[in-house]
Amino acid sequence: MQERAMAATEIARQAGEGARGVPLSGHVGFDSMPDQLVNKSVNHGFCFNILCVGETGLGKSTLMDTLFNTKFEGEPTQHNQPGVQLKSKTYELQESNVRLKLTVVNTVGFGDQINKEDSYKSIVEFIDAQFEAYLQEELKIKRTLHSYHDTRIHACLYFIAPTGHSLKSLDLVTMKKLDSKVNIIPIIAKSDAISKSELAKFKIKITSELVSNGVQIYQFPTDDETVAEINSTMNGHLPFAVVGSTEEVKIGNKMVRARQYPWGTVQVENENHCDFVKLREMLIRVNMEDLREQTHTRHYELYRRCKLEEMGFKDTDPDSKPFSLQETYEAKRNEFMGELQKKEEEMRQMFVQRVKEKEAELKEAEKELHEKFDRLKKLHQDEKKKLEDKKKALDDELNGFKQKKTAAELLQAQTLQAGSSATLKKDKERKNSGFL
Amino acid sequence: MADVGKTPVARNEKASSEFGYVGIDAILEQMRRKAMKQGFEFNIMVVGQSGLGKSTLTNTLFKSKVSRRSVMTTEEERIPKTIEIKSISHVIEEKGVRMKLTVIDTPGFGDQINNENCWQPIMKFINAQYEQYLQEEINIDRKKRISDSRVHCCIYFIPPTGHCLRPIDIEFMRHLSKVVNIVPVISKADTLTLEERDFFKQKIREDLRANEIDIYPQKEFDEDAEDRMINEKIRAMIPFAVVGSDQEYQVNGKRLLGRKTRWGTVEVENTTHCEFAYLRDLLIRTHMQNIKDITSSIYYEMYRVRRLNENNTKPNGQPAIHANGVPEHEVLSHEM
Repeated sequence: MQERAMAATEIARQAGEGARGVPLSGHVGFDSMPDQLVNKSVNHGFCFNILCVGETGLGKSTLMDTLFNTKFEGEPTQHNQPGVQLKSKTYELQESNVRLKLTVVNTVGFGDQINKEDSYKSIVEFIDAQFEAYLQEELKIKRTLHSYHDTRIHACLYFIAPTGHSLKSLDLVTMKKLDSKVNIIPIIAKSDAISKSELAKFKIKITSELVSNGVQIYQFPTDDETVAEINSTMNGHLPFAVVGSTEEVKIGNKMVRARQYPWGTVQVENENHCDFVKLREMLIRVNMEDLREQTHTRHYELYRRCKLEEMGFKDTDPDSKPFSLQETYEAKRNEFMGELQKKEEEMRQMFVQRVKEKEAELKEAEKELHEKFDRLKKLHQDEKKKLEDKKKALDDELNGFKQKKTAAELLQAQTLQAGSSATLKKDKERKNSGFL
Repeated sequence: MADVGKTPVARNEKASSEFGYVGIDAILEQMRRKAMKQGFEFNIMVVGQSGLGKSTLTNTLFKSKVSRRSVMTTEEERIPKTIEIKSISHVIEEKGVRMKLTVIDTPGFGDQINNENCWQPIMKFINAQYEQYLQEEINIDRKKRISDSRVHCCIYFIPPTGHCLRPIDIEFMRHLSKVVNIVPVISKADTLTLEERDFFKQKIREDLRANEIDIYPQKEFDEDAEDRMINEKIRAMIPFAVVGSDQEYQVNGKRLLGRKTRWGTVEVENTTHCEFAYLRDLLIRTHMQNIKDITSSIYYEMYRVRRLNENNTKPNGQPAIHANGVPEHEVLSHEM
């Protein structure tokens, strides 16, 4: 009965989109839908990514430890970093039956350089890179969005140094660059350094500076009745002044987290001392889901729209062909492939040409070498010939000499013989004459 | 969510709750609130020959007049000339949970003499819904929440012949189980005795297995042992033998939905009489989210892959055709 009455009053509210409201005459059972949804999400697990931006030494890591009640590993960083780097670590937390994959991204070296002009650039690049990864996954043909590990930054905690005066220009510039990309929640770090009255003035100054510079920080949503009230009061307390501590101190008869000074103890969870409890309420217990939703529906969609428009896609008019995105994508892809091919061809040709040149060079060298070899050989042969000629001449001379010698010897022998024969002859003649 | 003494893993057990409690599980409450605010959408299609009690069953399921007949102001011809698929949306609310229920009725299915390809208009309709969603998703300037008109579940009505599945049933279910979750039910089950019912169910299950038709809950999508156990129980009971009625009768002092006959009253919600309660529990109370998830993450993705690959094989410059419901080749294209 109650359902019918309730349904009847609500039907008038639901007249949108051509649907007619019908009253139910009994219990159907789809009121278990939220439960089914919740169960499914519990099985799937949640993920939440926080980015901590702030100068070195403001207590970012300590605050994360305090917020999530665990000791995240990591040593404090040095102050001599050359540029701003982002280090991200993922942790798996579990509380009752809820599994949370928490990713904490820390900026290392922010505000330490002498020239801080480019400090914000690496942060913006990092955030864009996460969006890009998600966009790529979404545009894929075979995609696994269901089990995709979402690394987009859901909340950015901006740590403001507790000077007590106003925002630094680095802070303003960075926040201005980040406000359209991520949900910014500014917090005043190490707020136990400021007294209460100064704190109030500081907060007012900060908010007025943010407003006058047009920085859009994250406003807790006030459209849902259950949380509207608490959210709107919290909106008035921004930026939260927090103190982080992982050490426990005994106060009264309880162990509380606090920072102990000689003049007193600052209790982290005491609302009079600092706004830590408020921050935790807002960040985790009340608005975690809204932060995720804002990231997805506002910041991510903005990025996607800009990126796709930049790439040259447009939503065409209603009467143009559908799937213009796909076609333009195809066209671009083909263009790109064509260009790529052309470049490849060019490179190949150049390569071939170079090879030819080199080859020609080498041939030249070879020819030269051959020539040289030939010349040398010729030279060698000439020399050899000369030498041979000389040798021949020498031999001739030798021969001539020998001949002469033999001739001379012969002559001598002849003369001797002639002499002896002459003597013989004389003898013979004498003999002969003797006879006579 | 309201239990005390929860602690995150890294710390030791502490008796007091506030100290160790971070509050991560408050996200469940946040999700629930968001879901209640947004409301749910569910699109159900009923298919079957005329006179099998489709409209009555949908009325019984959602305990209100949601069927096509009830919306008609004029009398419809008994044998319509064309197959016209009409979808009618209703907004129903229960205990603060709002649901936009769309019932897609397919009048005149299988009533013709020649019923070849009678499933094609239905396939085309289902694919057109996927197409519409895809278009919205691909837009540069997207809406904050795309209204989901994809068919989540299709209830197929099997006439209670008592023998086995007819060829038209097999063909239809085979084609449709590839694009949508199919839940076959035996309609007008009060014409079968319990033994006949069991025999018929067994025959149907054998036929389905022989033809490799994968009905909801599909075996391959079981996520873990617990799921498998629950789903095995359901699979042992499929197809559900249902009786629909939107009239109340007095039985044993209570007013129940039922069908009154001279020899007794068939109570719709009595599990010993018919399995309507199981069907309702499956569809609405326990598995509705699962049905929607399978549609969006599996069937829709399959369609998207096919569609985007189809576009890649065409040279650019050709006007993009509208997605034809029936693919000529049922083979999934390769990855790009």
